[in-house]
Amino acid sequence: MNKLAKQLLPFSSLLFIISLWTFLEPDTFLTFQNFKNVLSSTAANGIIAAGMTFVIITAGIDLSVGSMLAMCGILGSIVMLVLSGAGWTQISGGAAVQMGGFAMLVGTLAGMAVGALCGFLNGALVTRLKLAPFIVTLGSMSIFRGVSHIINSSRPISVSAYSWLDTGSILGIPASVVIFALVLVAMGYVLKYTPFGRYTYAIGSNPQTAYHAGVDVDKTLVWIYTILGALVGLAAMIMTSRASSAQPSAGLSLELDVIAAVIIGGCSPSGGKGTMLGTLIGCLLISFLRNGLTLLGVVAQIQLVAVGLIIIIAVTSDRLAAKKN
Amino acid sequence: MEGITKRFGPVTALSNVTFSVRRGTVCALCGENGAGKSTLMKVLAGVHRPDSGRILLDGKEMVFAGPKDALAAGISMLYQEVELAGHLTVYENLFLGREILRGGLFKCIDSDAEIRQVQELIAKNHFQLDPLATVAELSPGQCQLVELLKAMLSGARLIVMDEPTSSLSEGEAATLFQIIHQLKAQGITIIYISHRLEEVLALADDICVLRDGAVVFGAPASELTVDTLVRQMVGRELSQYYPPRSSKPGEVLFEARNLTTARIYDVSFQVRAGEIVGMAGLVGAGRSETAQAIFGIDPLISGECLLDGKKVTVRRPTEAIAAGIGFLTEDRKRTGLCTELPCSWNITLPNYERLGMGHILSLPREREECLALGEKMHLKWRQPEDPASSLSGGNQQKLLVSRWLQADSKFLIVDEPTRGIDVGAKAEIYALLNDLAAAGKAILLISSELPEILGMCDRVLVMREGRLTADLKASETTAEEIMHKAAV
Repeated sequence: MNKLAKQLLPFSSLLFIISLWTFLEPDTFLTFQNFKNVLSSTAANGIIAAGMTFVIITAGIDLSVGSMLAMCGILGSIVMLVLSGAGWTQISGGAAVQMGGFAMLVGTLAGMAVGALCGFLNGALVTRLKLAPFIVTLGSMSIFRGVSHIINSSRPISVSAYSWLDTGSILGIPASVVIFALVLVAMGYVLKYTPFGRYTYAIGSNPQTAYHAGVDVDKTLVWIYTILGALVGLAAMIMTSRASSAQPSAGLSLELDVIAAVIIGGCSPSGGKGTMLGTLIGCLLISFLRNGLTLLGVVAQIQLVAVGLIIIIAVTSDRLAAKKN
Repeated sequence: MEGITKRFGPVTALSNVTFSVRRGTVCALCGENGAGKSTLMKVLAGVHRPDSGRILLDGKEMVFAGPKDALAAGISMLYQEVELAGHLTVYENLFLGREILRGGLFKCIDSDAEIRQVQELIAKNHFQLDPLATVAELSPGQCQLVELLKAMLSGARLIVMDEPTSSLSEGEAATLFQIIHQLKAQGITIIYISHRLEEVLALADDICVLRDGAVVFGAPASELTVDTLVRQMVGRELSQYYPPRSSKPGEVLFEARNLTTARIYDVSFQVRAGEIVGMAGLVGAGRSETAQAIFGIDPLISGECLLDGKKVTVRRPTEAIAAGIGFLTEDRKRTGLCTELPCSWNITLPNYERLGMGHILSLPREREECLALGEKMHLKWRQPEDPASSLSGGNQQKLLVSRWLQADSKFLIVDEPTRGIDVGAKAEIYALLNDLAAAGKAILLISSELPEILGMCDRVLVMREGRLTADLKASETTAEEIMHKAAV
């Protein structure tokens, strides 16, 4: 009963927002094109949110995903360009380079590998040095951002030929949306139907207990941060593809959007609670809210206020429901 | 308290309870878990409002809108879990929220006056406590003293103690009893809740038994024995509190050789298949530490463990569980349960490999397995999906026993398996341990309750200051001998 109600609140708010916009802006909002736009603009954040869900269920947090995204995009793009035979002057100068499919694929995987490595480092620091994830990732956030700027002296890396992740489609659905859906389903499955998912909840609920019950807490945590990193790498390549270039300032304050989506979806920052479906709903809620406000001509600054209010309302209602219980 | 009735939704927690305590006496409140003791005390402390009934203090009717009113009327409650700010010092905790201030326009805290007042109170009661110590550094017993001092500072006339000795060593408990006698002499009235019946009989003037939310019995403690008390609490004859043991120990199943860690020295013993071996000793003697060394929590400096004659290397609990060792920890909340997760998840957590779901879970099968276990253990849950926190203490303990039952460990270490649970659940856990031994498992029972050790075990190991001091046959020893080996 209670379980249902918890899912119901974010879900009904989502329905409410969709119907509100349908009512206010029927011509522009309720179109296939608009929904496609909303979903593809959600994809990158949503993919990261899927990984962040695991981290937050363990009562952790990763503040570094935004700057990690910038670094993954830049390094992945450089790999792509190098494999396509470009020299450093061409790369740093932003010359248009022809790229083959193989180079793009390897570059994409390289971006993910960079993310996985960054995540591994975060996880290793959290578990080995027994530091709070907040502190570790606050530090690495700054480091990754700095490195992103140093690599090409704050200039973007141009990859104009790298477009499939943005414009490509599978059965009429944008490629990024398909990838987003696959990631969500896979991560949702792992969370619900594997021992790894259970360990995630157990660690968040009580790491001491988990350890006494035979859970290798450190190993599980390192994996969770590593997986998040790899997903950040994937999202980075989608963003790079959209912008046709990798920006060192990409993903500024993206971590806050992602964390907000996960929290609105019902994850508790104190751990042990949350679902992938909730995270999906949280992501869509923020995206649709923004989309509708944009269509209504509300300026971005006011949208920020609206998202902020939603976060506080979501967490408050969650707390009230818990109290009632 | 007269005719107190309290309902929570459809559940009647207290029905027409009338309960009185004479000034300056100790009255013990007994009953199984869920009998309504805590609810009754929460009504008294103003946490719950009764649906009907009156509370009279010195003959005057009191109406408490909240805990503050009760406190102001001189009723203080010491809860099972200590509620102190760990980073602050003893005196800071004592004056938290009612600091002594001095100065004119800009008032500041008069620490000297606070410390002086605390010192006087400590001296008057002959406590062993430093008012400047940080609370986090204190032992559980000393924390209890701080709570007591807090109650006394607030001018309490009636103090309610809920399981005050559950986290204390024997020595600390003895000190607490002395203090209770002093409080009595000062005219302070005490309501004492405990599952330790021997303790209750020794300490209380009067005893009142609650069952299913009603008072079923009340009498002076001097007229009672443990047996009559148990009978009143359970409402039925507990013919076999400790089940009869017909042990036929087989081969040596587990052997510890010269185990040494930072906290235990050169501990060696054997446990045979089908045998229950007790481990007695004072708190801090190294009993739980021995278990932790075997289970891979404390790293071994030297020594080894053998299972079925083969050496096993255990560096982490994972490896211990894989080797066939189970460990029911003494602290349900801290190391036993994930309280907000479903009961079923708590049972299966270490057992996915064993259930053949090491990679992918089968949720229907998990549910089935848990329901079957729940039935076997007489677990009182509405459904396995409910959070573990929704169960009573005794049922939470049964949940943990179910976990290790499912793990099917060859060698099971149970650390204080019946702490803080009611007699009914106790008897069930005893019967279950007995069944496990009969099925050829080896069991190491760590307990601070000597009757439990003597009633359940074939042999008794005694520890003192990190060393094993005796290996006795349970049938040939006495509580006195064990205490002697443990303390001297």
